[in-house]
Amino acid sequence: MKRYLILEDGSIYEGEGFGADCESSGEVVFTTGMTGYQEAITDQSYADQILVFTNPLIGNYGITLADYESLEPQIKGVICHQVARRPDNWRMQTTLPKFLKQLSIPGLQGIDTRELVKKLRIHGTLKGKITDSKENAASIAQELKQRNITQGVISRVSTKNSYPVPGSKRNIVVVDFGIKHSILRELAERDCNCIVLPYTATAEEILNLNPDGVLLSNGPGNPEEMLTAAKMVQEVEKHVPLFGICMGHQVFALANGASTYKMKFGHRGFNHPVREIATGNIGFTSQNHGYAVDPKSIDKENLMITHVEVNDGTVEGLRHKKYPAFSVQFHPDATPGPHDEDSLFDDFMSMIDQRKEEERHA
Amino acid sequence: MPKRTDIHKIMVIGSGPIIIGQAAEFDYSGTQACLALREEGYEVVLVNSNPATIMTDTTIADKVYIEPLTVESISRIIRQEYPDAILPTLGGQVGLNMALSLAKTGILDELNIELLGTRLSSIEQAEDREKFKELCKELGEPVPPSTTVNTVEEALEFGDRIGYPIIVRPAFTMGGTGGGICNNHEELAKIAKNGLELSPVTECLIEKSIAGYKEIEFEVMRDHDDNAMIVCCMENFDPVGIHTGDSIVFSPSQTLSDKEYQMLRDCSLRLIRALKIEGGCNVQLALDPNSFDYDVIEVNPRVSRSSALASKATGYPIAKMAAKIAIGMTLDEIKNPVTGTTYAEFEPALDYVVCKIPRWPFDKFSKADRTLSTQMKATGEVMAIGRTAEEAMQKAVRSLEIDEKDLYSETAHHASDEEIEQKLVKAQDDRLFYLAEAFRRGYSLEDVHELTKINFYFLDIVSHMVEMEKNIQENKDNLETLRLAKKYGFSDATIATLWNESIDQVRDLRKKNGIIPVYKMVDTCAAEFESKTPYFYSTYDGENESHKSGKKSVIVIGSGPIRIGQGVEFDYATVHCVKALQKMGYEAIVINSNPETVSTDFSISDKLYFEPLTLEDVLNVCDLEKTEGVIVQFGGQTSINLAAGLKDHGIKILGTSVKDLNRAEDRELFDQIIKKLKLNQPKGLTATTHEGVIKAAEELGYPVLVRPSYVLGGKAMEIVYNKSELEEYLHDHVDIAADHPILVDDYLDGRECDVDAICDGQDVLLPGIMEHIEHAGVHSGDSMAVYPPQNFTDEVKDKIMDVTRKLALTLNCVGIMNIQFIVRNGEVYVIEVNPRASRTVPFLSKITGIEMAQVATRVIMGESLAQQGYSDGLAPEPEMISVKAPVFSFSKLADVDSYLGPEMKSTGEVMGSDHTFAKALYKAFAGAKMQLPENGNVLLTIEDKDKEKILPIAKRFARIGYRIFATKGTADFLKNDGLHVDLVTKVHENKNADDNILNELREGRIDLVINTMGHDIEKNSDGFIIRQMAIQQNVPLLTALDTADALLTSLENRSFATDALK
Repeated sequence: MKRYLILEDGSIYEGEGFGADCESSGEVVFTTGMTGYQEAITDQSYADQILVFTNPLIGNYGITLADYESLEPQIKGVICHQVARRPDNWRMQTTLPKFLKQLSIPGLQGIDTRELVKKLRIHGTLKGKITDSKENAASIAQELKQRNITQGVISRVSTKNSYPVPGSKRNIVVVDFGIKHSILRELAERDCNCIVLPYTATAEEILNLNPDGVLLSNGPGNPEEMLTAAKMVQEVEKHVPLFGICMGHQVFALANGASTYKMKFGHRGFNHPVREIATGNIGFTSQNHGYAVDPKSIDKENLMITHVEVNDGTVEGLRHKKYPAFSVQFHPDATPGPHDEDSLFDDFMSMIDQRKEEERHA
Repeated sequence: MPKRTDIHKIMVIGSGPIIIGQAAEFDYSGTQACLALREEGYEVVLVNSNPATIMTDTTIADKVYIEPLTVESISRIIRQEYPDAILPTLGGQVGLNMALSLAKTGILDELNIELLGTRLSSIEQAEDREKFKELCKELGEPVPPSTTVNTVEEALEFGDRIGYPIIVRPAFTMGGTGGGICNNHEELAKIAKNGLELSPVTECLIEKSIAGYKEIEFEVMRDHDDNAMIVCCMENFDPVGIHTGDSIVFSPSQTLSDKEYQMLRDCSLRLIRALKIEGGCNVQLALDPNSFDYDVIEVNPRVSRSSALASKATGYPIAKMAAKIAIGMTLDEIKNPVTGTTYAEFEPALDYVVCKIPRWPFDKFSKADRTLSTQMKATGEVMAIGRTAEEAMQKAVRSLEIDEKDLYSETAHHASDEEIEQKLVKAQDDRLFYLAEAFRRGYSLEDVHELTKINFYFLDIVSHMVEMEKNIQENKDNLETLRLAKKYGFSDATIATLWNESIDQVRDLRKKNGIIPVYKMVDTCAAEFESKTPYFYSTYDGENESHKSGKKSVIVIGSGPIRIGQGVEFDYATVHCVKALQKMGYEAIVINSNPETVSTDFSISDKLYFEPLTLEDVLNVCDLEKTEGVIVQFGGQTSINLAAGLKDHGIKILGTSVKDLNRAEDRELFDQIIKKLKLNQPKGLTATTHEGVIKAAEELGYPVLVRPSYVLGGKAMEIVYNKSELEEYLHDHVDIAADHPILVDDYLDGRECDVDAICDGQDVLLPGIMEHIEHAGVHSGDSMAVYPPQNFTDEVKDKIMDVTRKLALTLNCVGIMNIQFIVRNGEVYVIEVNPRASRTVPFLSKITGIEMAQVATRVIMGESLAQQGYSDGLAPEPEMISVKAPVFSFSKLADVDSYLGPEMKSTGEVMGSDHTFAKALYKAFAGAKMQLPENGNVLLTIEDKDKEKILPIAKRFARIGYRIFATKGTADFLKNDGLHVDLVTKVHENKNADDNILNELREGRIDLVINTMGHDIEKNSDGFIIRQMAIQQNVPLLTALDTADALLTSLENRSFATDALK
């Protein structure tokens, strides 16, 4: 079935629909990852976005229950060059088109994704709509231009109720801005006893749980909408070791006086080299962010930059100078993507243990 | 860390002659390395014995030595040059082994020479199976149960205990030489024995077979700061069991989930870090298709064929980066030359699909065992890029330049179901066509999976194309169908066949409706960053990214995959043509399909189109680029064959016109010219029927040379001595005879020579005459040759020049051409003319100093020879004497007869130069691995007709202290002349006798075999068996007495006279 992607600048891309046949709008972004389409699609950081895969062939190994990164993904659409006709993998339970259909996510194939990606690279992220007809393209473009699609997006992806992920070691409170399961998997692997709280959790609520550490998760949208959360962080960081990932990193920065800006087209993919300044070590990281921390805004009294992207110098990691708190812009939890930086979770554990040790001797 | 300043002069060791398993890819990596080192300001000394390479051009290194890659020869150079360091990891296994050998002699320590790049201990850890296994164990990386053995008994004990199938991998051999899969005790006994003999350290790894697993390769880089990254992941279409060099390969990986991919990526990085590789490295892994279990197959601690492929597949120049790492630079300080804005520390992202298909030599070696296993058999490969897997694969198939132009094979079509199943189970080079045929006959994916173990995803690619064939057939002239067909890579030719139309009808319909390809850029980053890489591939998609520049431009057509008869020499000529065009101010555009070569390095030309070399694909580029024209003279027969079609479509062929190209190639037209010019030519006749051929032969008188018209490299060419041999020939070549007339020539027994002439329409420059060492009868590509000629009088040379001039001017040659002559009794006979550059161009260019391909290019572009400072005539001959020797890959191709004849069999060549002919010969033999002991044992197995000729040769061997071994007939004959001869038993007489020929060979008692039993071509004939045994045992083998004569000349030169006073 012929379907279309209409962008806010009025351009029209014709393709063939797959997955759900509903219409939907979102910010059009692209990822350069060559594997991991399922993890990306279920990543809540893509909420309200239409995701373009630069890898031309998607769906080759089907869909596996175990690889979900969230159960109710809020991604608005999937665009690719071609969907595999006959996926094959021993773990596969269903196919990508069927999966998208179940989740009411429309897909569009047969698009010159390279052309589209170049447009996004040159013009920056654009809003777009997947639709059945191109007749009202001009008015659709107009409408897209005026809408703020991602406003309040975290409220739609964060858990409504708190829930436990039981373990037997350290007690971690996880603040859910749109969390990927991979973060919980990393914590579970280290046998943490986690409680996941909604993004609205206050410092008081968190501290009342007496956590050994607090993890601020990833999430979609504009970090500057998270001012309440930033306030919470200002209080929590004084008392408990804290680790922020992606949105969590941005909220941590905001809490300590820095500001964020919207990047032209963001970092999405997993070949971004990141240098740890202290050691010079470089790891390849999984990334998915459209906003970044403005290095000029960083208050050197409170924060130090620990990691930078090798190619464009984006701030990739921060550490508090007074409190045991740090954050990274990328995903040490990978999934999809390389595991080069998963030791950051161990660093978080050590930080917690050290803090406990200090308290014991205090 | 910035580059090192404590070293200044670096020696780079090349990979020597091209053989199966070590081909043009090392010219590419070596060239890149040398240029990268010079870019950083180091003085580079290069040693390589292979003249047919770009890397041995004087512009590539500060000093170039074309010398044998032997310890003694390189040591000599080291003592002349005193390099501070040696870079050995870019010259393939040969370069690496040479570095190991040099280190062992102590010369590196003595002269304080450092080995750059990965340390020797690491190399040994990666290459020594036992040490590597230990390392994997330490790292917790799984390896298949295996053991290292030094005897066949140990191998059998392990095999019987672990169970079959078992794989044998000999240590320190190239391309897995001598290895194989054994399904039972008997097979293991046979293969293990062979493997042990081929291994320089008599060692084999015997391991449990994991055939059926997915085979995945990672190209990994690491610097000394421990930054490590993946350049490229490749997935084999064929599961484990077939050598990756013989497998169809896709990139990026197609069937790995992220979890699987990252698991294997982690493993690769753990390995490269543990091995402390500094540079590029290749990791081969096997993944169970039904679990997360995987095994490490092997690690190559150097750049390899796969890294060349990965470089072309991603755009990331691995060898160049590896060279920079070797001199201390780190990945995060080297700029990514593709984007110019990002750093080399970057894992490329692909937004296209790459398909590689190997090119096998079985069109030449029809009798060879075509089964694919762990021993690589391909001589080259093609790569194609598309936006769908189907497109990439179809483009790759038509890049192969084999009989099949798409997935339809006439032979497969006529095979029975049983044969098809057989072909699916036991993979040969042609399995892909049988897969398609099976789907055409209604086999299900499940059926085919059961037989082949190939992943469903991959099988469906083939099945999809077969479905589409039907769809296309049923929708004649339907535009939607046409659009779809093009998107999935169907050629106009295939569509035309399915529609029963002409190719031009399809092309016209397509163009009229705007169904034309766009060209997309290869940029390492999936368009995330702006790039200006002039590297493009065609696809049927939305946006075209390649635009004609304002500059005057010329298209140069490359030579496609490396095959026997069309090797790296033609890539050399292509690159030189590009250089000349650039110097003249033209934009040079290359079209080629071979990922191994220098010409497909995007930094060589102004624009590179990685495309199949078919008329359709080339025309499409022409349509877009609207160049001044196309140059076809340097890409071998591949490009010449495209000339007529291009001209018919209005494309200008630069240089010699198509009409004149045809006059040189068409036998009858050419005969007319010969007659008109009153030149000598061996008498020849053409016949189209069986009876006609026999009649022609009788008219000319035996022996005659028979061959089909329009062939390359002497394919299907034979000398026949009587009627029964001729009938056998006709019987074996029925299908060829049906399509092409058969040429029957009087066979002249004389001295052969080759010339390459450059003509501007007025003057004819003859840079040099290459005299063949062997008499006519051995293909010129398999002959040894010497320059300047040793046996031609000035009068003969004048005659050669005169004939050359006449031919060049009459054929209106503008550019370069090649002529082969036979000189007999002072008369010059023309055998054939090739209106293009030949394989001798690099050799002659290097020794005469005349850059022939460049001079010819300038002529083609309108600059006369006089304007270039050259005058008409034979160029003056230098003092130095240079000898070319062919190199063969027989040990990798079971059942191929190593007897040399008119059909070309060599895969590469070496050169030896010195002040005397004998010394030059010696070096050429040494380069070709024919270094003989001062005294030893020579086995003479001679056909009756050669008995008279062998006598002086035998005497000369005796004179320099060689013992002569022969069977009764020859022995008696030689004894009559007073020679001391040791008698050996014939192959089929008393096989168990200690002095049976085969046993003498097996026991290593023979140092050299001379075998002229050219009529023994049957597999069970004595002559054939002796040759096979010599090859298997790695005993130097000569099949022409002229070669033996030359070898003696070189041996005599180094021995002292032993003459009694009385």
